Amino acid sequence: MSVTPWEQPVIPKLKKYTMETVLVKGVRLDGRKLDEYRPVEIIPGYIEYRAEGSAMVKLGSTVVLVGVKMDLVPPFPDTPNEAVLVVHAEFVPLASPSFEPGPPDENAIELARVVDRGLRESKVIALDNLVLEPGKTVWRIYVDIYVLNHDGNLSDAAILAAMAALMVTRVPAVEKTGEGTYKVVRGKYVGLLPVNKKIVGVTIAKIANKLLVDPSFEEEGVADAKLMIVIDEEGRVAGMQKTGMEGFTEEELIKAVSIAVTKSKQLLRVLEEKVVPYREELSRKLVAAEKTEQQIEVVPSREEVESAEETGGQVSEEAIEPQNEKPDMDH
Amino acid sequence: MAIGEKPELIRKEERDGKEVLVRHDGRLIDQLRPLRMEVGVLGNADGSALVEFGRTRVVAAVYGPREAHPKHMALPDRAILRCRYHMAPFSTEERKSPAPTRREIELSKVIREALETVVMTELYPRTAIDIYMEVLQSDGGTRTAALTAAALALADAGIPLRDLVAAVAVGKVDGVLVLDLDEVEDMYAEADMPIAMAPSLGKVVLLQLNGVMTVDEFREALQLAKKGIAEIYSMQKEVLRKKYVEKALGGELK
Repeated sequence: MSVTPWEQPVIPKLKKYTMETVLVKGVRLDGRKLDEYRPVEIIPGYIEYRAEGSAMVKLGSTVVLVGVKMDLVPPFPDTPNEAVLVVHAEFVPLASPSFEPGPPDENAIELARVVDRGLRESKVIALDNLVLEPGKTVWRIYVDIYVLNHDGNLSDAAILAAMAALMVTRVPAVEKTGEGTYKVVRGKYVGLLPVNKKIVGVTIAKIANKLLVDPSFEEEGVADAKLMIVIDEEGRVAGMQKTGMEGFTEEELIKAVSIAVTKSKQLLRVLEEKVVPYREELSRKLVAAEKTEQQIEVVPSREEVESAEETGGQVSEEAIEPQNEKPDMDH
Repeated sequence: MAIGEKPELIRKEERDGKEVLVRHDGRLIDQLRPLRMEVGVLGNADGSALVEFGRTRVVAAVYGPREAHPKHMALPDRAILRCRYHMAPFSTEERKSPAPTRREIELSKVIREALETVVMTELYPRTAIDIYMEVLQSDGGTRTAALTAAALALADAGIPLRDLVAAVAVGKVDGVLVLDLDEVEDMYAEADMPIAMAPSLGKVVLLQLNGVMTVDEFREALQLAKKGIAEIYSMQKEVLRKKYVEKALGGELK
């Protein structure tokens, strides 16, 4: 059941008044212009050892970390030729005095679902390219959003971090353990996650009938309503969600969307500058690793030694392509 | 992509000597499904309503304003709203577990936020207004039907509102913008945009977009939604007028 928030963070009435008064003059309390983002920082590959892909995004003092993990599962019956995408958001209590331990609340669920729809509907990931055996085994991609410090605008930070993490996600190697059964080889990778396109989120808050981008925690506390807008790299609207207890007029909506399209370019540029070079570097490393491995010859894995099973050993990119043999998987 | 062949969703047809685009169920692109609304359908609730958008059927009930429990939830300067959107296990193609899903939790939230704009909560401090919506049968557009029903139930409960809320979805099917998607259209739609308005206030109180649209398509979709919302809104008012005005004047005896 969704309940009117009754334990809202207290924004002193005076501060709210000051904020609204200066906003009328087009100024924000932290000195930003209405359409100005706080400094945006991206650290791709932050969880460099354990996660298949990751990125930390800082928007001013908001910090969001996204980690991507992959495993193998049977596909959903209605999409036998597609990998499974799971987006989950965790508002851990260390991130804000307003967060409490426990299962995700409606805000965390909403954020995860907005990110999920943005990624899914724009087909950011080529899910059809991540199938081992149609109807039997596909990749499952977990995108876990971890908020580390909440200073407002979690949505834009989360979408940016998710996008960056996916761009630097490496597909793990797979070992065939039997007819139609596979095992993920952790720590060994065969390539980068196929990414079709980029999306970014631009959130617009409405305070005292003014529209402003990238609201801080204090601004969100005062805001009448917010509109999260997802924009793709072609400047199309790829998702929207209104939140908050007030409404938008039609003119405000149209204005908000056009602001979002403009601001999206700035965020896309950050991805281009900070994440694309890292992705290319990763790609070079993967190719280099593969070459060395071919020269050294294939070293049998621990499992192969233990069970003395004869398997392919070297797993190349073909491993993630659909295979035609009829497996006898029981489920 | 889902299994099974994609049905033909938009076709050209000659009607009244003009070639028009027709949808899989025979509707025009800007046509709503048959609407049905009824208020005061439940005996125990303080207010209730049943809304049908075609085969989609939702019943909403309002209890309150009543004492907020647990008490620490109560706010000193206004009533709190508690909202639950829920789907009956038999309302979907495959049985749905009655436990609330992430989808239902999200929809309960966006519906509550839409209603916060119109309910005059400041009149009932320290109380709670409970709004329960049960989807009895789903064929697409359940959140919009639920919100439309919730607004009617609030009015039926006699709770002062700044405006009613009427909701409908607009979507892009085979590249064409269509009004009030049903489940088949929704399944194959390139975009689906549920939207709710408080028409007399001129405010959009719920807006979600699932899918991709150009900025121009978005503007066009907004206009199409407004047209549908106007029809739903006038029917809502009509239903309330029938029950409360005409009955009070002795126009209709039950």
